[in-house]
Order: sequence, then C-alpha cells, then structure tokens
Amino acid sequence: MSVAKPLPHDAALLHVTGAARYVDDIPAPKDALHLAFGLSEVAAGALNGMDLSRVRAAPGVIAVLTAQDLPFENDVSASNHDEPLLATNVVHYVGQPLFVVAATSHLAARHAARLGDIDITPGQAVLSIEEALAQDSRFEDGPRVYGRGDVEQALSTAPHKISGQLEVGGQEHFYLEGQAALALPQEEGDMVVMSSTQHPTEIQHKVAEALGKPMHAVRVETRRMGGGFGGKESQGNALAVACAIVAQATGRPCRMRYDRDDDMIVTGKRHDFRIDYTVGFDDDGGVLGIDFTHHARCGWAQDLSLPVADRAMLHADNAYFLPAVRITSHRLKTNTQSATAFRGFGGPQGMLGIERVMDHIASHLGREPLSVRRKNFYASGGDTSGQKKRNMTPYGQAVEDFILPEMTDALVASSDYETRRASVASWNAQNPILKKGIALTPVKFGISFTLTHLNQAGALVHVYQDGSIHLNHGGTEMGQGLFQKVAQVAAARFGVDVAQVKITATDTGKVPNTSATAASSGSDLNGMAVQAACDTIRKRMADLLAERHQCSAAEVVFQEGTVEVAGACYSFAEVAQMAYFARVSLSATGFYKTPKVKWDRIKGEGRPFFYFAYGAAVTEVVIDTLTGENRILRADILHDVGSSLNPSLDIGQIEGGYVQGAGWLTTEELVWDDKGHLRTHAPSTYKIPACSDRPDVFNVALWEGENREETVYRSKAVGEPPLMLGISAYAALCDAVQACGPAYADLQTPATAEAVFAAVQRTRQ
Amino acid sequence: MDIAFRLNGETVALRDVAPTTTLLDWLREDRGLTGTKEGCNEGDCGACSVMVTDDTGAQALNACILFLPQLNGKAVRTVEGIAAPDGSLHPVQQAMVDHHGSQCGFCTPGFIVSMATAHLQGKTDHDTQLAGNLCRCTGYAPIIRAAVAAECAPVPAHMHDEPVEKAPSDPGGLYVQPRSADELAAWYLNHPKATLIAGATDVGLWVTKQFRDLGPVAFLNGCADLTGIEESAEGLRIGAMTTLTDMETAIEPLYPSFAAMIRRYGSVQVRNAATIGGNIANGSPIGDGPPALIALGATLHLRQGQTRRSLPLEDFFLDYGKQDRHPGEFIEAITIPHQPDRLRCYKLSKRFDQDISALCACLSVTVDSGQVTRAHLALGGMAGIPKRAATAEAALVGAPWSEDTVRSAMQALAEDFQPLSDMRASAAYRLKTAQNMLLRYWHADQGAVVSPLEVTP
Repeated sequence: MSVAKPLPHDAALLHVTGAARYVDDIPAPKDALHLAFGLSEVAAGALNGMDLSRVRAAPGVIAVLTAQDLPFENDVSASNHDEPLLATNVVHYVGQPLFVVAATSHLAARHAARLGDIDITPGQAVLSIEEALAQDSRFEDGPRVYGRGDVEQALSTAPHKISGQLEVGGQEHFYLEGQAALALPQEEGDMVVMSSTQHPTEIQHKVAEALGKPMHAVRVETRRMGGGFGGKESQGNALAVACAIVAQATGRPCRMRYDRDDDMIVTGKRHDFRIDYTVGFDDDGGVLGIDFTHHARCGWAQDLSLPVADRAMLHADNAYFLPAVRITSHRLKTNTQSATAFRGFGGPQGMLGIERVMDHIASHLGREPLSVRRKNFYASGGDTSGQKKRNMTPYGQAVEDFILPEMTDALVASSDYETRRASVASWNAQNPILKKGIALTPVKFGISFTLTHLNQAGALVHVYQDGSIHLNHGGTEMGQGLFQKVAQVAAARFGVDVAQVKITATDTGKVPNTSATAASSGSDLNGMAVQAACDTIRKRMADLLAERHQCSAAEVVFQEGTVEVAGACYSFAEVAQMAYFARVSLSATGFYKTPKVKWDRIKGEGRPFFYFAYGAAVTEVVIDTLTGENRILRADILHDVGSSLNPSLDIGQIEGGYVQGAGWLTTEELVWDDKGHLRTHAPSTYKIPACSDRPDVFNVALWEGENREETVYRSKAVGEPPLMLGISAYAALCDAVQACGPAYADLQTPATAEAVFAAVQRTRQ
Repeated sequence: MDIAFRLNGETVALRDVAPTTTLLDWLREDRGLTGTKEGCNEGDCGACSVMVTDDTGAQALNACILFLPQLNGKAVRTVEGIAAPDGSLHPVQQAMVDHHGSQCGFCTPGFIVSMATAHLQGKTDHDTQLAGNLCRCTGYAPIIRAAVAAECAPVPAHMHDEPVEKAPSDPGGLYVQPRSADELAAWYLNHPKATLIAGATDVGLWVTKQFRDLGPVAFLNGCADLTGIEESAEGLRIGAMTTLTDMETAIEPLYPSFAAMIRRYGSVQVRNAATIGGNIANGSPIGDGPPALIALGATLHLRQGQTRRSLPLEDFFLDYGKQDRHPGEFIEAITIPHQPDRLRCYKLSKRFDQDISALCACLSVTVDSGQVTRAHLALGGMAGIPKRAATAEAALVGAPWSEDTVRSAMQALAEDFQPLSDMRASAAYRLKTAQNMLLRYWHADQGAVVSPLEVTP
C-alpha cells in the first residue's frame, strides 16, 4: 500500500533540476507589467500628500496608483478590515505601502518606487510593549484572561514562590521564495491570479472585494510555494490585490514580487512577547499555583493576532498540570509590521514561558530540571483516577492520551541522557572558559484551528477512462510534502501505484471555500477529504462490478493496481473504462469536518483541539564564557506523528522544525531602532541557521504508535509541533550558563552570544 | 560592453550589454532560465549559485551580484546544465532525491550547483562548501547526507567546461576590462572618478540594493598581473586581485588562525569572488582582512599612473569612509613580512558562518624569555576604521607575559576604543568581549580550549 511508504517529495525531481516552477518563474505574456510599492519611512503620522511626479517620469513607468485610485475596497486584512492596501490619511509603520508603481520591468518599478516625495507629519509612534501598555494601545477592550482555581490562595500558601520575566523574540519567516503574485485579466473583467499563498480562498476573497466582483469572477491557483511557515497565510494579499487592481486598470497582466529587503520590511513576523510569571511550588518543584501575563506585540493591524495570542495561552501549560492557574494576555497595538502567523502560531511563545518556569524552579531548588518536569507532567495515559484530575488542561479539555512520560523514558534511554549529564558536569569542572549544558524538553501541541469553522476541507477527484487519476484538494504545498502524502492516500484507496495519481495545483475553481493550509492541519483535513472523494468513486466502481458478478460490493478488492471480484481480476484501467461505458460517474468531491471540537474563546472553555501531538528533545550545547558564543553539539529527538503517512517526509519536518525553532531562540534577532525602522532586513543582518549550525550529531526517531482519534490512517499532524523541540536548545543554554555561577541565569531570548554573555555575568553577581 | 562566454556548454556572444546587468537577471529575464533563483539579491543566500569555470578551474559564485562582463571568456553552468545532456541526473541530484534533501525546493538549485561544484573539486568539507547556501526547511541534515552519499561517484564528463575566447573591450571607453595593471593605471588616471570592480561582492549591492550610478567602470578581472602570491625574502606579496579563496590557501601553512578566520569570511561563493584588494580599498570598519594584516604589520602597495608608493596598511585607514588614496590611485598588492606565527584571529558574530563581524580581534604578542617584546592588537568593528589598540599594546610590551599583565592590558583597552551600538552588538558588549579576547589569547597560549568550534560532542 502506498500509505506509510517513505516516498520522496512529489516534486523532488523538479527541485533538483531547477524545473519546479514558482510564481515568478511562470512565463508571463510579453506586455506584462511589474509592480513595486512605495513605502513609508515614518512609523506614525499624518499623510498630508504625495508628489509622485518623479515616480511617474521614471523610465519604464506605465502607471502609479494611490489609495484614491482604488475602485472598491481598500483593504487586505485577513480579519478586521483594518489594513488598507495603500495608506489613506495616516501611516502606521515604517514599510507601509503608500503607492504602487507599475513599470515595464521589476527593476524599473523598484527604481521608481523610491522616488516619491512624501509629506508626512510625524506623530508619536508606539513601538515597545511598555509604550503600548502606558498608552493602553491594544486590540480588544482589555486583556483576555483564562484560568482556573484560586491562584492568589495557591501562591500565598505555597512553600516556595518565585517571579520572573522573559523576553521572547519575534522571528522572520525567511521563506526562501519571497512573496509573489501574478494577475491575468480575463474577459468580462474576471481575473486569474497565481499566488504564492497558503490561503488561495483568502486571496480570491480579497481580490474580489477589491475589484467589486463576486468571488466567482476570480480564480486563484497555487502550485507550490518556496516556503511559507505561516508567512504566506495572509501576507500575500497585498501583492495579489495590487496586481489584480492594476491588471483591471490597464488590461495588462501584472506581476509583483518583493525584493528581500522589502519583504522583511513590509510583512509581519512571529509575535514577540514578554512573559511575566509568578509561580508557587512545593519542595519537589511541583507547581501549586501560577500566574502568567503575556504581552504580545501585535503591530499596527489585527491580522491573526487574536487567535495567535489565544493559542499562546492554550500552550501556557505545555505538558504540565497546573492546579491553580491564571493567564492574562495583552494584545498590544504598535507602530510596527503587523505580526502574523508563524509555525506554531503563538504556541511556541506560550510553551517557552512554562519551560522557562520549570528551569527557574529547578535552579531555585537546586534540582535536576528534568525531575521537575516529570514531577509536573499530566497524568500518564490521561489517567483520571487521581482526586485532582491531573489530566485537565486550564481550559477544560481533558488530556486523554498523555504519552510523554513513556516518551521521556525512551528518549532518556536512547540519548543516554543520565550518563551525558554526568559527563557534562565533569567536563565543566575541568574547563574554566567553556561550559557545556544539556536539557530535555517536551512538547504537547494542540491540533485543530481554534476558530472551529475552519476545520473543514474539500477535495475533487477524477478517474479518467485510462485509469489515471486527477487529484485536487484545498491544501497548498509549501515544501511540507502535503501533496505527496495526500496522493499516497488516494493511491491507497484505489489500490494503485502513486505514480498513477496526478497531483494538481490548488485551484479555487476546483475546490471552493477552503481554509488556509495552516495549523498543521493540511494532511488531516485534506487527506480525509480526498479519502472521502476516492471512496465515493470506488464505491461506484465496486457497485458496478458487484452487480456484474452478482456478489456484494464488499467483496470487490482494490489492491496492487488490480481489482479482484469473484475470482475475476481486472486492471484498474479496465474497471475505469468499464465504468465509463456503463455511464457511471468517475468524478467526485469529498468533504471532511473535524469532529468533537467546540470552543468558546471568550470564556476560554471547551475542546479547542481534536487531539494533541507529542514530542521530546535532548540538546547538548557548549558556550564560551568570555564572549557568549555558543553552539549546539548534539540533538536527540523522539516525536509522535501517530501512524506515519510517510516517515521520510515526517522526519524532514521534524529535523527542519527543530533547527528553525533553535534558530528562533538563538541567532535570529530582530532589531528595530528608536524610530521604528527594522534594522535587520536582509540575510546579511538577520541570521537564520546556516549549514554548520545544525547539531553535529542529530538523531531523530518516530514514536511507535497511532492516533487514538480517527484521523487519516491514524496519523498525526507534524507541521508545527517539531518547531518547539528547539526549546531544548534554549534550555540547554540555560543549563550551560547556570554552570557559571550560583545566581539564576535568567537567560533572555533570542539567546544570541550577547544574551548568553549577559546571563553568564548575572550568574556571578 | 561585448562579452563572450559558454552557457551550459553552448557559446554565447553578447553585444552592448549594460555593464551592471547581473547574470541572475539575464538568465531569468533574457534567457528564460528560471531554475536559478533570487532569494536575497545580495549574495547571502546562495539560491542563485552558478558554477563558473575559467582556466584556473571551476568554482561556485552568486549570480545575483555577478555582472555579465565578469564572465567574459569563462564558462557558466546553471542548474539546468547539471544533469547530463541526455537528462540523466548528476550524482548529487540523485542523492538529494534519495535522501529527501529538498522540501520547498526553492533553495535546491543553488545547493545542487554548490554541491556539484564541490563534487567536481573533490571537496568533502560540506559544512564549509555549503555555508553560503541557506535552507529554511530541512535543517540541512538530509542535504549533508546527500552530499556524503555522492562523494565517491565519478564526476560526469559534461561537468568539465572549457573557457572561451574573450570578447575584446575598447580600452579607452567608459566601461573597460583592462588586460594589465599598466592598462588600468593609464585608464584610471583619465577616469579618476570611475568605479573599480574586482569581485563585486560589495559593489554588487551598490547596484542591486542602492541603485547607485557607478559612472565609468573598470572590471579588473582581466589584469592577470594583479593576481597571485609570491614569496620573497621580504615576505609574502599578495596581488590585490587575489581572491580570499586563494589567499586562504596561501596563508594556511603560515598563519593558520588567519586562514581559519578567512574560512568564516563570507561563504565559498563570496570568497571565490571577493579580493583582498577590494576588502582593503573598500575601507569598511568591519572588514575581516585588514585587522589580521595590520596585526601582521603588512605593507600596502599603491599605484597611480606610473607612480608607486608603499605604506604600512594601518596608515591607509584615516577615518570612517576615508582612506589615504589619491584620485586615480589603486592597490597593486600587499606584503606580509615574514615572522614567527603568534597571530590569533577572533571573529565575533551572531552566526559562526557567513556573518559580518560585530568585532574582529587579531592579536599577535611576541614573548622572549617571559617578557612581551612586541604586541600588535588590531581590531575591527570597534571604531570607524580597523585600528590598533595602542594603550593596551603599551601595557603589554616590556611586561612579563602573565595573566596579570593581560588583565592590565584589558583595562587599558577601554581607553583605546569607544565602540558603537548597532544591530550586531551593543557598545558595552563589544568593549567587554574585545577585552576578553586578550584573555582568550592568554588562555589559548597556555593550551586551554577556548573556542566552542573546537568542541565535539
């Protein structure tokens, strides 16, 4: 069966030969125009006017549009209609698009876009968390608060109580392919848009609004992205809408891609957070009560910040039972890029908070951090027998299958954790300048969109007369291998080789009303929808054969490219042709909606997640106490993907997620100056992990098990959870720093060399 | 300008190309060869890597900051030309498929070209060979597995490219490709405001990011007599057009710590293009070459027309953005005097590989009978120019070589520099770590392990 096979990525051969086409590689008709935005260089102020005569006079410029030229909606927001495509009277951040230039080449458009003479009266920019709090600059009326129990009582009676504060850095997606779109005008003012997007339906919706057309007049196609990571969930709207508007205005095809610096200056990133905590605990480190305050810097527009901040709250427990807990979340509005979705969607920030607390407790008690973690774990296997119901999350969803104690045991053994912890200690005793650290951190990540209605998906499957299969669904391919996994499902349903399945571009004209490929949901949702479509066709085929052979449809077996029934054996192609001649439809749609989920985000109660995905990582690091320079030496990972649809693709997600998560917490530092200019807007200044930053020894294994819920072939989602395995790198750095002195290390993130150096100094104070 | 080169085996002759057209734009827009990708347009991500062969061999370069005239007379192989003409995959391509080395695939063409070039050269230090190729999906592990798997496969015959005959350039025009230092000297006297382009790893960004008008332009890669390294009684004389790659090879046996720092200078693609002359002439306060050369007491050789002069390298840097260079004057070479190797180069950056230094400390302390007899402490990133720490040096020279002496030099160093805060580091951190690097030097001299790079799991 094609499912569970370690097949390569569906486009691997195209990738390695350079033949895989991305949006900017699609040949455009000869008269295509190229677009670029003129950007605000002021973080906040009144936009008095723009003299664009030099822009218009620049070589190659065909058209220049401002907000006044937009015929219908001037909005590219994914949520709250608060994100004008082009600024009107007010500017909100450095990098906000003010006008759009259409020129005969990409280079001409970029040159011209810098020539605007912009009159802005600067106002008071709100840049930091402190400034936003002081001015009560926020989304929603006040902070959201989730929790349970009497936190004050628990804190006041606890034998030990500590407080702390953790800066959690943001993160640039740094998808290698920048944002890009291509709009091709059609008859009757219709529009076809090729977009590098995780959310074709959203692009369709925003383009239709901007053109004043019904959604049926806009078709959006996405074959693949050169990376997404959440950064193409909403951030592609502006380019697609701009292309469509100019295409409509000029009648010419329009394409647009951001230069890397523009991409980093214009688009949103992972939310940076500040997390304050006070925790009360017993002598063994068992948490009795905890009070978290999350401050999320959301930027200028709402975008997806509310669900991001919600998810951070929903992961403030991670793997630990918190008897009395309060999580207060401030969603702060600042004059910076509008922070957006990024792999984990707030989960990583929330999780980092509690992992930091575990280390802080361990440091306070002088205990081994892993013992404190184990002490606080949810009840194994979702055991509800204890009086305190140690399987209940703060939001009232029971953890029904908690497997982390067993996974932790297995990883401790396979990584030789205990022995290595001892050798780290002895190595540190012998080395005055360099120090090593080691840590194990767990991951429990909730799977489902917390906005319940998004948990649906559609598929369209055709079987042709020759037995070849055309596969389409609403998910998008951004490198995660979704298309191959889903093709493996389709091939398995028909019992054919996966090569017989043609994977086709995501297309709003084939499958409508799709959700973003996000929240790790791609294969769960689309795999099930495709399975449903395939099963519809298969049933029709089986019914036909059953009637002909006078047996029950259940006796028809599809396997290894053949269809067997009552002693007869047909090729799949023969059956397809038979069905055609018998006038049986060989095309079907499939639909899936996730069961069981129900969530009230205002109360903070319900079952937001269908299930949890688990993982654990051990990381060993070395730091230099003289400079703070640091390096990951080894990582061992055990991760739960349920019953894997494709172990190779899953391991790829885990390895990549870990390195991306470790990068977030170490070298990836976003720096804004006091005027709100992002100073790290290119790979020269913003440092994602390079080849040698991966662990020298890197062992990744999959946990043997299957999803207790009825997911597609009992698999589990894998897109986001592994990113949070990177938290073990941060915890290992904390451990190494803690070896330098008695005072609490208080390592902040990103743990750059400078941050590590500062923490080393603090331990010696 | 007129140029000729080979592209994936076929000869290309272009007439009147704009001198600052990048190879990447030409490939994608004029040739429709879209396999080569633009990821950053500044030579930092490697998605645009191409293989360029000249009579010295093949090397990987970033096409986004490679101007077409730099290719005159060479052979270019893009990702479309890595598989054999009959379509069979190159061993690194097959290995990348087999080992799941691609996910989103956008960086993959650049990786394939870098890997195929390293494979052709028989190089297996994969982390170094691929430091200039960023991948955001895989975490690199499967890519390295693929590179290792392909190591022993034979090099396909089509990978051996032959250079072609250069298209001639008008030696008196505004855009020239001089064939010798003499030709350059004469032309530059007549065009003193011209831009000299060596490897274009910095000038490339003036064009792709800053849209600067370069004025008259001379491409120096035709000046064979500006390239090369000669050893004489005086020392090592390194031609200005010597690439950092060639320099690393020559320096390695003499000053291994300097060579180890060069390995972290840019990436393979950048070092294959960047020249030591460009690194010096550029005058950047954060260039990594000058501090090491200053610590070694190097002499700079300048030429204006037929006039030549030499000066200590440290005197060339006058102030931020200002060098002791006359109109029409250019760097011909630099000489490193022979000396026992006491040099240690400490480059501090957010990321070990392919990152610009927050601070670069190149320290050389000579000790005779327990006394410090000479101290050259040259630092980059601490002032507007690469600069020696005169006060700290004075605290060392004549004193016994001890930790106490080092600690007093560390104190003194605070009087030598008032560094700035920027996105790479704060002023306080720069100063403290610069001081600590003296301590690191001391500990290293006592045989201690001082760098995380030396530690294995």
